[in-house]
Amino acid sequence: MATELHGQIGPVEKETPAEIPADGPADGPADAPAGPDAPAAVRVHGLTRTFDGRAVIDRLELTVRPGEFVALLGHSGCGKSTLLRILAGLDREIEGEVLVPRTKAVAFQSPRLMPWKRVWRNVLLGLPGRPGRAVAERALAEVGLGHRSTAWPKTLSGGEAQRASLARALVREPDLLLLDEPFGALDALTRIKAQQLVAELWQRRGCAVLLVTHDVEEALLLADRVLVMDHGVIAYEREIGLDRPRDISDPRFAELRAELLDRLGVVAPTAAPTAAPTTATAASPAASPRKAA
Amino acid sequence: MSPVLEPVVPLSARRRTVPRWLRRTTGPLVLLIAWQVCSATGVLSPDTLASPGTIARTASDLIGDGTLPHAMLVSVQRVLVGLLIGAVAGVSLALVSGLSRLGEDLVDATVQMLRTIPWVGMIPLFIIWLGIGEAPKIALISLGVTFHLYLNVYAGIRGVDAQLIEAGTSLGLGRWGLIRHVVLPGALPGAMTGLRYSLATAWLALVFGETINADDGIGFLLNRAREFFQTDVIVVCLIVYAALGLLADFIVRTLERLLLQWRPSFTGK
Ligand SMILES: Nc1ncnc2c1ncn2[C@@H]1O[C@H](COP(=O)(O)OP(=O)(O)O)[C@@H](O)[C@H]1O
Ligand SMILES: [Mg+2]
Repeated sequence: MATELHGQIGPVEKETPAEIPADGPADGPADAPAGPDAPAAVRVHGLTRTFDGRAVIDRLELTVRPGEFVALLGHSGCGKSTLLRILAGLDREIEGEVLVPRTKAVAFQSPRLMPWKRVWRNVLLGLPGRPGRAVAERALAEVGLGHRSTAWPKTLSGGEAQRASLARALVREPDLLLLDEPFGALDALTRIKAQQLVAELWQRRGCAVLLVTHDVEEALLLADRVLVMDHGVIAYEREIGLDRPRDISDPRFAELRAELLDRLGVVAPTAAPTAAPTTATAASPAASPRKAA
Repeated sequence: MSPVLEPVVPLSARRRTVPRWLRRTTGPLVLLIAWQVCSATGVLSPDTLASPGTIARTASDLIGDGTLPHAMLVSVQRVLVGLLIGAVAGVSLALVSGLSRLGEDLVDATVQMLRTIPWVGMIPLFIIWLGIGEAPKIALISLGVTFHLYLNVYAGIRGVDAQLIEAGTSLGLGRWGLIRHVVLPGALPGAMTGLRYSLATAWLALVFGETINADDGIGFLLNRAREFFQTDVIVVCLIVYAALGLLADFIVRTLERLLLQWRPSFTGK
């Protein structure tokens, strides 16, 4: 399950080993939290990204273990998407060291399907070799979209389009899956289904996932570890030891939720007996109010 | 006290009205009849405008003796050649300036400057440069087509959603992959708009080009008819121009239906 780290992104002029065998001796950053020799799916050291002289990401450190599901929380505009784009290799005007797997895939907040390609062709777009349609059909079936493979993207519903985008990411069999608020634009019911789907796919595939979200409950439902980003760094992190599948009515869930909301500077709603959000049953997690975006 | 109820009458139960197509054809038909009546009563002299009946007869004569089909063939050929040259030039220039910064700096400013010259005004120069054969007519058509296609294809390329380009990059597409799978298909709606405009321009250029000097084609028929005050032939020629324009529009629509079926706004089924 070790992930082969590949391709140092960014400062192109810097000469460092481009590939680090994850299970062999690697000269990674000495102060990485997981230790330099531990296998990693992402290793970021001293990452800085400035826009017009303003450091949106400021000497950030981050390590993600292979197969780990990490959720990244933070206020709007704190640089979550910027970090994700850097990890995806889409933004390379950076300083510092970034090591990511060779195979990685991204799903954005909007599905970003090419409207002029039928769904199955979208899924195969950019894949090396000339994979047959069956490959796309299999990936689409996995996200429950087998019956829509010949549809035009613009005829899909929001949830369907987002699932197609997920299939397109998964068909690349990534070692690292980057998700940028993929459920943000979905209605509450569709979002719950999509979250369950991502949890299932992750457990089946075993890839590392970095999920950017502003939804504390979503983070707690899905992640092994929750990070809070603030002032350009990972300001806080928390291992989530809850058993899966997670129960939103678990008192420990409520505790963690309050703690994270506190970290985000949001006053957690006090549990009034009439409208206690955390007393919602697990069967209807949508009934609990979400943090205002 | 309960309210008074009244039925909601289904649309289909409404009283039959005259079908829409019939209403829409009434206006032109009335005009045509009025025209025929004016001609028959002598209010409209044949030297001003021939009667619809005469025009129909003239048209069938011109078709019968092969004059009109031949003239149409010549004119359509001019348009097609001009269109082809203009399309190649316009699309190539748009690709060069749309796909590279260097190309943009070199090409766009130049084309934008030349575009301000009214292309009809180029006719005297074309005659001096190219004589009075086929060349100046085709050059005029090509010029009009080039500008229209250039502007629309260039705008189409530059208007492609940056988010889709980023998505393409994240999927591992290289520069050519991006151009082929993202940029060019994204620019296609713009290109089709450009094609539609440039066809209209091409017909206009044809009319201008052919009325200046022509020994063949519809414009030639038109000019000769003017010399002999044959208003019937003139009207037949105008109708032919209009019909060919309609045909061109139909072809573009068909092309759009085939190429742009992914667009949700498309309802041309
Ligand atoms: N291309 C850009 N140019 C200038 N500023 C940018 C650019 N992209 C992002 N930013 C700024 O960086 C900050 C972080 O943005 P982003 O990463 O999108 O935040 P979020 O955490 O909401 O995803 C914001 O203040 C945004 O204005
Ligand atoms: Mg964002």
